Amino acid sequence: MLAKLKEIEQNALTALDAVTEPAALEAWRVKHLGRSSALMQVFSSLGSLSKEERPAIGQAANRVKMTLEAALTRQTEAIKAALLAKSLQEEKLDVTLPGRRIRVGRLHPSTQQLRRVLNILAEMGFQVYTSREVETDEMNFQALNFPPHHPAREMQDSLFVEAGERGDNPILLRTHTSPGQIRAMREACAKNPDNPPPIRIALPGMCFRNEQITARSEVQFNQVEGLAVGKHITFADLKGTLSDFARRMFGQAARTRFRASYFPFTEPSAEMDIECFVCGGKGCSVCKNSGWLEILGCGMVHPIVLQNGGYDPKRYTGYAFGMGPERQLMLRNKINDIRYFWGNDVRFLEQF
Amino acid sequence: MKLPLSWLQDFVNTDGLSVEDIARKLTLAGLEVDEIRYVGLPMPEGAARHEFKTSGIAWQRHKLVVAEIREVMPHPNADRLVLCDLFDGESQHTVLTGAPNLFDYKGLGKLPKPIKAAYAREGATLYDGHAEGLTLTTLKRTKIRGVESYSMVCSEKELGISEEHEGIIILDEDAPTGMPLVDYMGDAVLDISILPNMGRCASVLGVARELAALTHRPLKKPEIRYPAEGSPIEGLVSIEISDPSLNPRFVLGLIRNVQSKPSPYKIQRRLRLAGMRPINALVDATNYAMLELGEPLHAFDYDVLVERARGKPVVISTRAAREGEKLTTLDGVERNLSPLNVLVCDAAGPLSIAGVMGGQESEITEKTRNVLLEGAAWNFINIRRTAAQHNLPSEASFRFSRGVHPALADQGVRLGLQYMAAWTGGVIAPGLVDEYPLPPHDPLVEVTPQNVERLLGIRLSAREIADLLERVEFECQVEGEKVIAKTPPHRMDIGEGVVGLADILEEIARLYGYENIPETRMADGLPPQIGNPLHEWEETLRDKLVALGFQEIVSYRLTSAENEARLGVSGQAVKIANPIAPEKSILRRSLLASALDSLERNARLREGLALFEIGPVFEPVPGDLPLEPRKLAVVMNGLRDETAWDEKTSRTWDFYDLKGRLELLLSGLRLTDIVYIPTDSVKYLHPGKAAEIQAGGQTIGVFGELHPLVKGKYEFGEPPVLVAEFDLSALRAAASTDYELASVPDVPPVLEDIALIVDESISAAKVEALIRQTGGKVLTGVKLFDVYRGEQVGAGKKSLAYSLTYQAEKTLTDKEAADIRNKIVRRLERELGAQLRG
Repeated sequence: MLAKLKEIEQNALTALDAVTEPAALEAWRVKHLGRSSALMQVFSSLGSLSKEERPAIGQAANRVKMTLEAALTRQTEAIKAALLAKSLQEEKLDVTLPGRRIRVGRLHPSTQQLRRVLNILAEMGFQVYTSREVETDEMNFQALNFPPHHPAREMQDSLFVEAGERGDNPILLRTHTSPGQIRAMREACAKNPDNPPPIRIALPGMCFRNEQITARSEVQFNQVEGLAVGKHITFADLKGTLSDFARRMFGQAARTRFRASYFPFTEPSAEMDIECFVCGGKGCSVCKNSGWLEILGCGMVHPIVLQNGGYDPKRYTGYAFGMGPERQLMLRNKINDIRYFWGNDVRFLEQF
Repeated sequence: MKLPLSWLQDFVNTDGLSVEDIARKLTLAGLEVDEIRYVGLPMPEGAARHEFKTSGIAWQRHKLVVAEIREVMPHPNADRLVLCDLFDGESQHTVLTGAPNLFDYKGLGKLPKPIKAAYAREGATLYDGHAEGLTLTTLKRTKIRGVESYSMVCSEKELGISEEHEGIIILDEDAPTGMPLVDYMGDAVLDISILPNMGRCASVLGVARELAALTHRPLKKPEIRYPAEGSPIEGLVSIEISDPSLNPRFVLGLIRNVQSKPSPYKIQRRLRLAGMRPINALVDATNYAMLELGEPLHAFDYDVLVERARGKPVVISTRAAREGEKLTTLDGVERNLSPLNVLVCDAAGPLSIAGVMGGQESEITEKTRNVLLEGAAWNFINIRRTAAQHNLPSEASFRFSRGVHPALADQGVRLGLQYMAAWTGGVIAPGLVDEYPLPPHDPLVEVTPQNVERLLGIRLSAREIADLLERVEFECQVEGEKVIAKTPPHRMDIGEGVVGLADILEEIARLYGYENIPETRMADGLPPQIGNPLHEWEETLRDKLVALGFQEIVSYRLTSAENEARLGVSGQAVKIANPIAPEKSILRRSLLASALDSLERNARLREGLALFEIGPVFEPVPGDLPLEPRKLAVVMNGLRDETAWDEKTSRTWDFYDLKGRLELLLSGLRLTDIVYIPTDSVKYLHPGKAAEIQAGGQTIGVFGELHPLVKGKYEFGEPPVLVAEFDLSALRAAASTDYELASVPDVPPVLEDIALIVDESISAAKVEALIRQTGGKVLTGVKLFDVYRGEQVGAGKKSLAYSLTYQAEKTLTDKEAADIRNKIVRRLERELGAQLRG
């Protein structure tokens, strides 16, 4: 009997090894573990065995049953795993094929750069002040200490508007955002003429020059100016503020240099250079081998300008600075043609 | 301004300073060095950093030396070549050259006075004289027409001094034979930008004064001392000035018996390095004195003036030109003059345009023997306008238009006369004729340590302030805590009162060194932080548009009427009086026109485009500044989705794609009560695919499909062009800043679909409005999910299918839901004649 059980076990396991389909598994179960299987017949015949034989045979039959059941479970899992592996294999993709894109929107690079600049300035307490793009000569030049025919006007060739005879006060497209300085000071001063409040503003906006459009020069460009007016503002504060700004804008290691310059509306005036961030000051094509990049013009607000804004230069001092977001982007991203900015070619815009 | 270093060294000792040290000091003090051109001096090599744009050539000390040519001999096989017997301080060489300026000496035997030349030994590296541009070459041993050659005598081009390659350099006689050329005349040229307020530095002396002050070194001023002989100028010539405000000073000097000859080589070389062409010793003397001192000079042929005076004394007068007056200037151009121009005249008429350019008739020539030399002061604004009017930028007008102090006039004349005498053998007549009706007032400015600390944030004593200012020749008196500084008589940039104080404080900062001023943070209080809500709102608008997939563009404000006419924009525009180009002749009136231009240019580059721009348009106001209302323009065209390798096409964008985005935008901006009203009055829009958007009864924008006829004026493909335009102030006025959040319900909603058959003429908006109104608060969602027309609903009818969402605070029973629905259906039946579709 024990030999028979051994044979039943052997036959069943051999048959199970050959099973590869889920349907065949059920057939195997019916044949080898079902009611009419050889093993079950052994169980049925236990009653006819002698008392002595019965426990040993019963135990052996049980062991065979458990062995076969365990084998069935194993084989079922194995077949499932094989099927899954097969289907995973079949579902394999070429992951190198391109993904499907959706169309996304972007801000114009100038907007992005304006935001970077204005965000830093906002943290330093400079709030945005915007003003008109078409101005009078008086606001754009005279109030800013450019008298008519002053040589400094050569630095800012203007586009004039046809507006009839207006003598020395023609209408023009603003050449810088500085007329906003006068407007902001006069507004603040109107609130309290005897003791006008301090001012700390950032003036962003489009400016215009009478220049041919080439890779290096444009008829319009953005500018951001800063203006601080108060009772205790010094040139040392100007240096400190702008060096702080440069570190925020160009990285913590940014080194600055201030050199004397000239603007009619500031005195003393300075240009702030930063050490070239491309070559670290060793000299490269971006800095034209000078090691420095000209980033902004600045200076202490000229007494005439303070006066024109309603602030007594004997009681108040202030500083102003101005920079070009497009120029900053050109340096930073090695853009070799300023015309890209207003050309609106999506092949340029999509890179930002 | 191009400044040769060797010339600068005539006035300030630069021992211990490298070329770059000098350039750096000048740059930081406002004399920005744009470029350093090395002409012989060693160039910085392998330095850790370059501070300046550099160019040029360094002369090898042992390869390039001063040599003497002792004899010039014919070449045995070539007429156009000569052989030089040359001694270079060490040995004798036979050197072959084709220089035409040696041919005169050919075959004369041993020369009584050897010719000094710049000699390049075998292996020397210099520029190839025959090549275009600047190409370096190294001298190698070779045979030319049978004669061995290994070295050469150099032209200016070969040494990098100028483009000149007509002949070899003939050095001055005192050049020491055998001396390395770099020691004899090695140089570097600083190209300096002169700021408008630093006209005083537009001269060698002016820069030297700054460098001396910046490096605490003494300034050696030029010595003007010469013997004078013959009858004095006084009595021969007189001056009449009609308007001293235009001509504050006029000085004349006279030199007799000058000879026409070239100036010394050293002078010619310096003029070339400074960017001027040597002509002859007379002309060179006026230019050299101008570059050195900063006072432009003008030389007249005295004999021509005497002849024009017809026996009377020469009277030189200055006056404004008369309308229609003409003068032929020395460039041969006849100039039409206007009263803006000031003329220097004699009894016979105009001689020159003051301060800008001389006239042809009285100019000095090879034949000139007696010279009247003019040094004058002019009104800088007048000179600037005159030079611009005649398009005559010159070295003289460059200086005069920045302001030349009248005190320099006599110094300039005397320096010029001295050089003329030295270089032409002429004899200077005693005295000058000097008419000085309007001497300038050189301001006295008071400055205190408190002034300095208040503006610059540094503490200096009165004595320290005076020391700084005295370095640039202010005469200072220290009275206790006060410095009274008198402006030196060579600068015009110091004002009076608060302006003068600012001018002086700038000088103090510059001389103290910007780099020495500390960096501090503002102690001054912050003004109230009120932000800029308009600006912030516009930035939010940009963000929302970007989130909806739109690319921002920024266009030129300048456009042309023709370009805007494509969109049908007409009417008055803000016109530019001096446009850079016809296509940039007006300020834009339509932002949509700008945006469509960009859409058109990009249409073929991408399958689908969605662009927006935010910015001003310009509306003229007669006699005043234009209005600058701000607008938003949105344009779309092409495929709705990006195609891919397995999704080969997509629908094209249409009206409802744009409308959906605008709905999202407006709801994002918290606009409520939006009404879309069909319109056929917007000329550039398709009359059946256009809507006006109203909020609270106000029109805030229009949108729709571009009219086919308008579209035809652009280069677009088949797909429709969708456009929208908003007025930002109207849009912002309609947007609410505060809104309440609807709570998220705890109980599930009841969803139900209904389909209604209505007349074609009834708008979907009307049906939806009635449904919402009737459903009340419980009806939280109404979504149109189908529009059907066909046999089943009958002609002239349409079926609108809505999915309705009922949401109450508790779960609705079936009966409650049915009641709401019946109420809605009954109302639609009653008011719109709608029929529930089974």
